[in-house]
Amino acid sequence: MRFLKSTLVVSFALGLAAAWAGGAAAGETPVRGGILKFVVGSKIPSYDAHMESTFGMIHPIRPFYSLLIRVNPENPSSPTDFVCDLCEGDVPAATNNGLTYTFKIRKDVKFHDGTPLTAHDIKATFDKIIFPPEGVPSTRKAFFSSLDSTTVPDDYTLVFNMKYASGAFLPAVAAPYNFVYSKKDLDENGYAWHQKNINGTGAFTFVEHKPGAYVEGKRYENYHHEGKPYLDGFRAISAPKMAVRLQAIRGNRAAIEFRGFPPKARDDLVKALGDKIVVQESDWNCALQFLPNHRRKPFDDVRVRRALTLAVDRRAGSKYLSKIAIVKTMGGVVFPGHPLAATEEELSKIAGYWPSIEKSRAEAKRLLKEAGAEGLEFVLLNRGVDQPYRVVGTWLIDQFKKVGLKVTQNVLPSPAFYDAVRKKHDFDVTVYFNCQSIVNPLADVSAYISDDIAGNNYAGYQDRTMDKLFDQMNRASDPAEQRRIMRLYEKRALDEEALQFITLWWYKINPHRSYVKGWKIAPSHYLNQHLDNVWLDPDLM
Amino acid sequence: MYNYIIKRLILTIPTLFGAAVLVFVLMRLVPGDVCEVRMAGFGTFADPEAIEICRENLGLNDPVLVQFGQVMWGYLTLDLGVSMWTGQPIVDEIGLRFQLSLEIAILATLVAILIAIPLGTISAIKQDTWIDYVVRAFSIAGIAMPSFWLGIMIILGLLITTQALFGTPWMPPIVYVSPFEDPLGNLAQVFWPAVATGYRYSAVATRMTRSTLLEVLREDYVRTARAKGLLEKIIINRHALKNAMLPVVTIFGIEFAFLIGGLVVTEQVFNLNGLGKLFVESVLTLDFTMTQQLVMLVVVIFVFMNFLVDLLYAWLDPRIRYG
Repeated sequence: MRFLKSTLVVSFALGLAAAWAGGAAAGETPVRGGILKFVVGSKIPSYDAHMESTFGMIHPIRPFYSLLIRVNPENPSSPTDFVCDLCEGDVPAATNNGLTYTFKIRKDVKFHDGTPLTAHDIKATFDKIIFPPEGVPSTRKAFFSSLDSTTVPDDYTLVFNMKYASGAFLPAVAAPYNFVYSKKDLDENGYAWHQKNINGTGAFTFVEHKPGAYVEGKRYENYHHEGKPYLDGFRAISAPKMAVRLQAIRGNRAAIEFRGFPPKARDDLVKALGDKIVVQESDWNCALQFLPNHRRKPFDDVRVRRALTLAVDRRAGSKYLSKIAIVKTMGGVVFPGHPLAATEEELSKIAGYWPSIEKSRAEAKRLLKEAGAEGLEFVLLNRGVDQPYRVVGTWLIDQFKKVGLKVTQNVLPSPAFYDAVRKKHDFDVTVYFNCQSIVNPLADVSAYISDDIAGNNYAGYQDRTMDKLFDQMNRASDPAEQRRIMRLYEKRALDEEALQFITLWWYKINPHRSYVKGWKIAPSHYLNQHLDNVWLDPDLM
Repeated sequence: MYNYIIKRLILTIPTLFGAAVLVFVLMRLVPGDVCEVRMAGFGTFADPEAIEICRENLGLNDPVLVQFGQVMWGYLTLDLGVSMWTGQPIVDEIGLRFQLSLEIAILATLVAILIAIPLGTISAIKQDTWIDYVVRAFSIAGIAMPSFWLGIMIILGLLITTQALFGTPWMPPIVYVSPFEDPLGNLAQVFWPAVATGYRYSAVATRMTRSTLLEVLREDYVRTARAKGLLEKIIINRHALKNAMLPVVTIFGIEFAFLIGGLVVTEQVFNLNGLGKLFVESVLTLDFTMTQQLVMLVVVIFVFMNFLVDLLYAWLDPRIRYG
């Protein structure tokens, strides 16, 4: 047993060392050639990123498209580092008191069908996303509420005219769903054409899609980033079962999976393959929440809601749950590590994050007694998915028990779970999640505003102070002012009004074959998936 | 015989209609819809208006009777519609996967026949000897062992064994290759799931072969044959086994039909892009149209297999034919 344990520790250390080496891959000379095989755990609905939400579409289809701007592929872990993809030079700063963004568009870009790209294509793309005609679904148009119009002064200049200056705008533009389509395709074939057809300017051209099996792409020789891509092509293999994806990497049927594995899977792979595996890890832009249903008694009482959050020992949870589940970092409403996120000191002043759990739980018991809810019995609704929902749900029940609450868990399959939470509002307290792609706190925290405005607040409350703070924060152009308002917003959401809560932030673990080079982990499984900088090291294959 | 066949064929019509109604109603009772799962099921922000447009485009807002009418009209015009998840024609989606599922079903049935009939026969002939005990233990293990668990064990066993022997772990391919393009690659992929499924399938058939053969061997005509001095081999092969096969054939028929659409877990474990995997995915995504047509496909296969089994019965036992 001791031998096994020490072997595992050594192997894991080797893996992490190799990960460090992977991080140092910038100094290595990329080698051209090879086909990257990767596994994807979700199914492709359509190819149109403007309407879809799943990474099952992003992972295989994103390499065919470009974005106007993107997260820096060399520094994707930074939540604030964006670079031009189809624009020239640096990402432009706003002018005219934050009301104008002027992008110079590259002149050397061609669509895969040979049509040259101009600013008109990008305008047509963003107009489809932000101002879609009636009957055309656009899932994230709300992220651009600060935008007034787009204009094209000349063929290679695009201007975004804002209604008001907003720090949420640029990150929204960099979102990985904003595939740039050809205006010609939209005009000639209609707005639904991209659901079943692909014509982008990305690093790879479309070869084949066998539904349920794989998507294949091959290198686009006229790709606008010189010398890239390095790969001859890629094959995205559909594999819904996590065990299959894990074994596929172990058996070298695939080199990588971009979403993430739980800690145990990482340890198993490292143990089995040693230095043939590299592990990259990162905080994940997914907050695992629990929401009290404000429509139901006694959760309409702020004292009861505060007691719920005070019962939870997040510090211990971070330490122990991170060994078995894909959660780790304790944080407030903003993605940990972002300049707008609360510091440890700031967090410590919020109920549920106090350094002393004894003090927290004593206060929770006092509040429950005061509210006449001692020994309260309720049902915790949960989603029938192990990682991290069921694991964390079980832990939550134990936490609630520590303040005398009697909780049972009702686990539902995903569709029934969504129905209960979103449509029927049929729950006492539910586990929920707020997962976003690009780290854009000013937009991501919209889930905490009133449910008649947010569209993704399922706790069922209206709090006009929260709405006002959210609006002020989004209109504040000064980052220091944004940060100040964010603290007020966070304190009100998590503590004073105890509206909804975060357990821990997800933690992304990507073990992959060590011959995969150039790919760097980002805070979301939706980011950095263009694959133009990925290469395969023949010496390690 | 022709009257018998026509009667059986006519009986399939109400069966199919009943199944279509049942599946349609059951699917509408499941909470949630495909647009919710597709656009808001990943925790990311989803515009409620976009979800509503999706529902409208897919006809989910139409009255249930209208939706039912569309399904029925589709059957009459042989138009199975499009998948609500992918927007692709269902015929194409099913056609793509049918070959693999059929191949696995045939191979698993072959494995089962090759194991079940010889072992069941030997076990019956050598009743209460150590051979019989071993065969019974083997078949009980097959019934007790879920095929998905066996599948996982097979894959892990292959990974561990090949790594220990050759230094590199090997597992069956996870992307389907047609037997016409790469027969060896195809065999490497389908052999293991066929074994995992065929073993469980054979376990039931082995026990059935054994018990029916034991029963037949005690019949008067077998005793008469023995009294006439016929060779034991002839008695078993020509007289006993054929008559003992009636319930065994039923099992093979039903299991074969089940395997085509029902390899749900095995296909997931081996990542086979077959109908079972499609079934799971369409249920999980609440793809009503796809689920409806897949269930109907399985019903049609079951009805057809039952029809075939009935014909086989009539051939094996003339009393059924003339009765």
